[in-house]
Amino acid sequence: MKELALNILDVAKNSVKAGADRIVIRIEERDGWRTLSIIDNGCGMPPDFVATVTDPFTTTRTTRPVGMGLPLLKLAAEQTGGTLEIESSIVPPTGTTVRATFRIDHLDCVPVGDYAGSIVTLIQGSPDIDWLFEYRRDEGDIVLDTLEIRAVLGPDIPLNTPDVLLWIEGSLKGE
Amino acid sequence: MKTLAELQAIRDRMKDNVTMRSGSGSIRAVVGMATCGIAAGARPVLSALVEEVSKLDLGEKVTVTQTGCIGLCRYEPIVEVYEADKEKVTYVKMTAEKARRVAEEHLKGGKVVTEYTIGAAEK
Repeated sequence: MKELALNILDVAKNSVKAGADRIVIRIEERDGWRTLSIIDNGCGMPPDFVATVTDPFTTTRTTRPVGMGLPLLKLAAEQTGGTLEIESSIVPPTGTTVRATFRIDHLDCVPVGDYAGSIVTLIQGSPDIDWLFEYRRDEGDIVLDTLEIRAVLGPDIPLNTPDVLLWIEGSLKGE
Repeated sequence: MKTLAELQAIRDRMKDNVTMRSGSGSIRAVVGMATCGIAAGARPVLSALVEEVSKLDLGEKVTVTQTGCIGLCRYEPIVEVYEADKEKVTYVKMTAEKARRVAEEHLKGGKVVTEYTIGAAEK
């Protein structure tokens, strides 16, 4: 993956598949480290699945027995000296948290890239989920909560209406 | 900066114009968005489709959706077009530029862009 934003798009889809109705995507940059957290309230994973989930031969896909989503994120983190951690529980079903850390000044640290494009794509694909995106960085924080957008739009206008998606994209880019 | 007032304006405009809403179209354009598709460049393809469908005012007729792995990873990014009573059309190795042409000629004009289909790619 050429941008962290593409890993985000890919890995957040696991949360969608887990049946989450609230997904938090947070990027924090502090003291030379970038931390990506993807937090959902979905069905969670059993401990033995969590233990092997960064193995490419562990997957829920049915087209072939290989899943590269989390392994690629793990690689992206570890090649900068960072780590990937996964917390998940099915009893009680508290959902899943994926946390990856990156050393920002490392030569192999991929750029964040088009985060706005990825968030808009996620919302377009799953407009009924409540998404919270936070990007905490020195140049100024970016926060987008679809709960607030929904409160303005009311129940009849879906988030994936083209004009709404354009507004969201502009808002994420700080335009 | 985008303001909530602009969002309210969108809402008020939509109330009067139900046909601007997407979701009930007879044509479905489906973009493969699993790891393979994303790594191959599916995100800009999807954005281009969504944008063109809106620009060409096809929202009533066409729904753009995402799916997981189609099982043909080497041909990603893939766009499948489903239309009632017609055979599915599979476009392969797509780009944003190709997606715009498919929107204009196929989704709007009803004419399959044969050179981008999997049939042409396998020759």
